[in-house]
Amino acid sequence: MDEFVNLKETELRLGLPGTDNVCEGKESIISCCNNNNKRALSSDNEKEIESSSRKTETSPPRKAQIVGWPPVRSYRKNNIQTKKNESEHEGQGIYVKVSMDGAPYLRKIDLSCYKGYSELLKALELMFKFSVGEYFERDGYKGSEFVPTYEDKDGDWMLIGDVPWEMFICTCKRLRIMKGSEAKGLGCGV
Amino acid sequence: MTEEDSSAKMSEDVEKYLNLNPPCSSSSSSSSAATFTNKSRNFKSSPPPCPDHVLENVLENVLQFLTSRCDRNAVSLVCRSWYRVEAQTRLEVFIGNCYSLSPARLIHRFKRVRSLVLKGKPRFADFNLMPPNWGAQFSPWVAATAKAYPWLEKVHLKRMFVTDDDLALLAESFPGFKELTLVCCEGFGTSGIAIVANKCRQLKVLDLMESEVTDDELDWISCFPEGETHLESLSFDCIESPINFKALEELVVRSPFLKKLRTNRFVSLEELHRLMVRAPQLTSLGTGSFSPDNVPQGEQQPDYAAAFRACKSIVCLSGFREFRPEYLLAISSVCANLTSLNFSYANISPHMLKPIISNCHNIRVFWALDSIRDEGLQAVAATCKELRELRIFPFDPREDSEGPVSGVGLQAISEGCRKLESILYFCQNMTNGAVTAMSENCPQLTVFRLCIMGRHRPDHVTGKPMDDGFGAIVKNCKKLTRLAVSGLLTDEAFSYIGEYGKLIRTLSVAFAGNSDKALRYVLEGCPKLQKLEIRDSPFGDVGLRSGMHRYSNMRFVWLSSCLISRGGCRGVSHALPNVVVEVFGADGDDDEDTVTGDYVETLYLYRSLDGPRKDAPKFVTIL
Repeated sequence: MDEFVNLKETELRLGLPGTDNVCEGKESIISCCNNNNKRALSSDNEKEIESSSRKTETSPPRKAQIVGWPPVRSYRKNNIQTKKNESEHEGQGIYVKVSMDGAPYLRKIDLSCYKGYSELLKALELMFKFSVGEYFERDGYKGSEFVPTYEDKDGDWMLIGDVPWEMFICTCKRLRIMKGSEAKGLGCGV
Repeated sequence: MTEEDSSAKMSEDVEKYLNLNPPCSSSSSSSSAATFTNKSRNFKSSPPPCPDHVLENVLENVLQFLTSRCDRNAVSLVCRSWYRVEAQTRLEVFIGNCYSLSPARLIHRFKRVRSLVLKGKPRFADFNLMPPNWGAQFSPWVAATAKAYPWLEKVHLKRMFVTDDDLALLAESFPGFKELTLVCCEGFGTSGIAIVANKCRQLKVLDLMESEVTDDELDWISCFPEGETHLESLSFDCIESPINFKALEELVVRSPFLKKLRTNRFVSLEELHRLMVRAPQLTSLGTGSFSPDNVPQGEQQPDYAAAFRACKSIVCLSGFREFRPEYLLAISSVCANLTSLNFSYANISPHMLKPIISNCHNIRVFWALDSIRDEGLQAVAATCKELRELRIFPFDPREDSEGPVSGVGLQAISEGCRKLESILYFCQNMTNGAVTAMSENCPQLTVFRLCIMGRHRPDHVTGKPMDDGFGAIVKNCKKLTRLAVSGLLTDEAFSYIGEYGKLIRTLSVAFAGNSDKALRYVLEGCPKLQKLEIRDSPFGDVGLRSGMHRYSNMRFVWLSSCLISRGGCRGVSHALPNVVVEVFGADGDDDEDTVTGDYVETLYLYRSLDGPRKDAPKFVTIL
């Protein structure tokens, strides 16, 4: 039913699903060709991860913003002078749950606080006290038994880093840090 | 009864009682009572004999002087007749948790209530830790009291869900209604306020504080009736929609008893000026936006300083949203009289603060943003020797923001403001030294709430946990009733709290402790503990069980993102039938697929006389 109603999804256009803007140049053309394969080409992603990690090398990694912390009422947050412009964006945080295999508690984080994968992963590492290992486009994360994954809008479990950041933010429903053998299965593309 | 009548009757009754005369003819007592001594033996079986009537009458007259609810609660426990008389004479009822009893029980016990104070959601709901629509509806309360107490005059609600229909019923049912105060409430809009303004002709107080009020695009100010009003206090700073200023001005002009006025940010400085000129008798003023609508040209500018000078009675100032620094000095003339100053919505620098605060010798309550920095706090410490309450809020409320205030500011305050009783202090970093200094310099502290925004952050000078600092607070501040802890804390800190926190009623814990021992220390100590709110701390079922002996005597316990299991919570609920155990997740989802089904995200338990509530939403499980 929904397929017929939501024609926008089937519309042919430049740009990946989840982005409303037209993507620039080479990146979009390559991505379109790989539309049915959810793992897009490495070059774009690696560049993005590289550049964002260069940014964060100069400043300490931003801690994940925990829900309700620090304990300041939103009424107060929204009313402090000169914060008005910012609070309009802050008000619509993209909150997703994060769970880690073996840890008994869930966390929630606001994806809009991060500029890219590198920041996000660093924050997750700090939050759950683990390390992700190194990301490879073909083989996923190597060097650690922990693999960061996310569930997208279609209900598929994907590797964090597989798609461009903007697309990730739009399609990510929740995060899960998988452990051990289960994680290996996600390592390769379709 | 007038005072003369009642005292005449009282002395008549007392005479009769002391003379041990036979029962007076006016009493409807039976023949069983012959002499006084016999009566006492027949006490239970016979209908109330005259001396009991006398006693009740005497008691009623005495009890009218008792207003403290603690005293009244004690009185009601003496015996059945004292319980009855106290119930007849209690005029103000305070209900700290709206789910601790049903409205039916309230109206059954107390017959002459004139004032009702109700609190709903627990405090952590303010920080998005509770899904919306959890409950705390005012509807059943207004429905019950509308029938039972037509003479109701005052309603004070905190963290309740109030609808426009509720407000309409209130306005229609209580012809003598005088005071409505809504703090941190939601569910209503300007249309509900309009009905109250219009129908409550005796209205003295309409105070909306930090509540969410939907904009129904209604000119509610024009709904106040024509003619002189009884208004003494009008606070609408939380209404986030424009108002009809002309109507407000006219309202102020015809409200000669108005003492407290808090406008919202849609009232400009020029408009404020007009209001002040028309109401020089104000004692408490909440400015709207402290900036003019139009950039003024030279002499056309109103004389703001003169307007403040004319308001000789102002002792309390707040507001200052969107302020322009060049106008701040206009308030200088009232500074010497100020007892309360709230700058907590204004990004004020030390440079801006100093000329103002240096005149505020009488200030007792000061709220500000950390934009005033340690330097500003030093200025406060130098002048404000009468300070009793200090609150410093973060301008940038994130964990990794810059920290403009620190232990330096805290220590300065402790050295300058020795009469300090209550402090709320947000900072990035703190030292045990500064906290200990405060514990030694400020022995009058009853409220100590320190929020080190970086979770698990140790003393930034020594690298040690903050145990010693908080330990010093509980050891030295013997009057402490409310404590909020933060920073890196081990179980040891909680052993101090449990042992020395003899008067602590409210304890807030976040991201602290190492193990169940910490929770045990608190629950096995702190004899006066009533409200316990804990989040994100490694406390499990063992810790939870250690409080079984006292949950029935506490107002509530909140545990979220800890390590308790459903089984553990069920154990509490089975063992304590008069405690309601609620379990839910932070966003109302049924999230049992990604984590073990036994995991409990949030536990909220509270004592209740009438069993579990019937209005719990789906996402709440009552065990």
